[in-house]
Amino acid sequence: MRMRQLRLILFWLTLAITLIAAPSAHAHLMNTGFGPFSDGLTHLFVTPEDLLPVIALALMAGLRGPRFGRAVLFALPVAWLAGSTAGLLLASPVALPVTETIVTIALGVLLATDRPLPRAAVVCLAILLGLFHGILNGSELPKQSLSSQISAAGVGAALFVAVSLLAGQAASIRVLWVRVAVRVAGSWIVAIGLLMLGWAMRIPG
Amino acid sequence: MKCFQTRAMKNFIRHAGAVRRSFVVVFFLLYPLTVFAHKRGGEAIGFASGFLHPISGLDHILAMVAVGMWGAQLGAPAMWVLPVVFPMVMALGGMMGLIGIKLPGIELCIALSALALGFAVCREARPKLWVAAIIVGVFAIAHGHAHGTELPLGASGVLYSIGFVIATGLLHALGITIGLIHRWPAGRIALRVAGAVVAMGGVFFLWKAISGEAA
Repeated sequence: MRMRQLRLILFWLTLAITLIAAPSAHAHLMNTGFGPFSDGLTHLFVTPEDLLPVIALALMAGLRGPRFGRAVLFALPVAWLAGSTAGLLLASPVALPVTETIVTIALGVLLATDRPLPRAAVVCLAILLGLFHGILNGSELPKQSLSSQISAAGVGAALFVAVSLLAGQAASIRVLWVRVAVRVAGSWIVAIGLLMLGWAMRIPG
Repeated sequence: MKCFQTRAMKNFIRHAGAVRRSFVVVFFLLYPLTVFAHKRGGEAIGFASGFLHPISGLDHILAMVAVGMWGAQLGAPAMWVLPVVFPMVMALGGMMGLIGIKLPGIELCIALSALALGFAVCREARPKLWVAAIIVGVFAIAHGHAHGTELPLGASGVLYSIGFVIATGLLHALGITIGLIHRWPAGRIALRVAGAVVAMGGVFFLWKAISGEAA
């Protein structure tokens, strides 16, 4: 049992580092050559600004139990898709790096502290995160194009996969130190968020 | 305890192949990025440069490994509270450095950190958890601030920050792993000796910092 958990951690560590080490990309720049759906599917995994809060939320929901994980599994992609659709209606791209970072820090703090939140609160967080990032993503996509909507669907599918895997793994944790390791991951997300905030607020020169 | 150790060691040996394979995979996935580790035109260019930053200075390495060793020596919950506190508070210090908030005596505090943490490990100091967290937190601010002011300008520091935090966390994990020898009587002595070595390193850095400030 213990070694099974260790293998799972190593798997996720490998996957996380692979994804984190990938070059940063934005929705309008990502081009896999496999069409808009694949572009959207890949976008989440090569954009740490989007991926970090998703990881924090999925792990937090998973730590609370399978019911929480299942709720986030459906709430987050649906809210993200709704946000993307709303973002497509906006005239110009929206960029809110400071707010984006504060959201990441807040979710990291919730994961690190392992606070027992009610399910409704976790679902609300998922909806707010989905709408917020969805609007930011959608506003960057080309307007009035079918491929933009297909790309947004790809992001939704990637979210579904990411949340199901992360929340599922977190929900299956039975060993205390593995739970602690997940909380440490939350503190790392907070630390990354604080540094990102420093970058965002940095005045050049 | 002995039974647990034996079983854990047997399990580790049985699954050592999987562990090795995972490390090999991680290495090869990260390897191509190392060619871009140099700073290009003063920009923060990504994960590799951020990852290498905390491990580029011996004073930082000693302090971060010592935090892990001290945590392991103190046992739960300090073993994980200190490494959780350090990256967060260090990042707070880094943020202050990035946005230009000045703090006095940073170099002295960094040199003192290796000395104090090494001394704590050497003496097997057992303060209350909140006292240990404050000590670690103060030093973390100093280390983070120094890193923050050194960080190059860049369009996006996200990957750089991720690399930076992961490297710091891995240094703590290394310290905790070393500190686990505390379970055995000989290991306990070896750990205290390691603490003394860290403290001596701290004396060297303190002397350098004082002579540097005097000059």
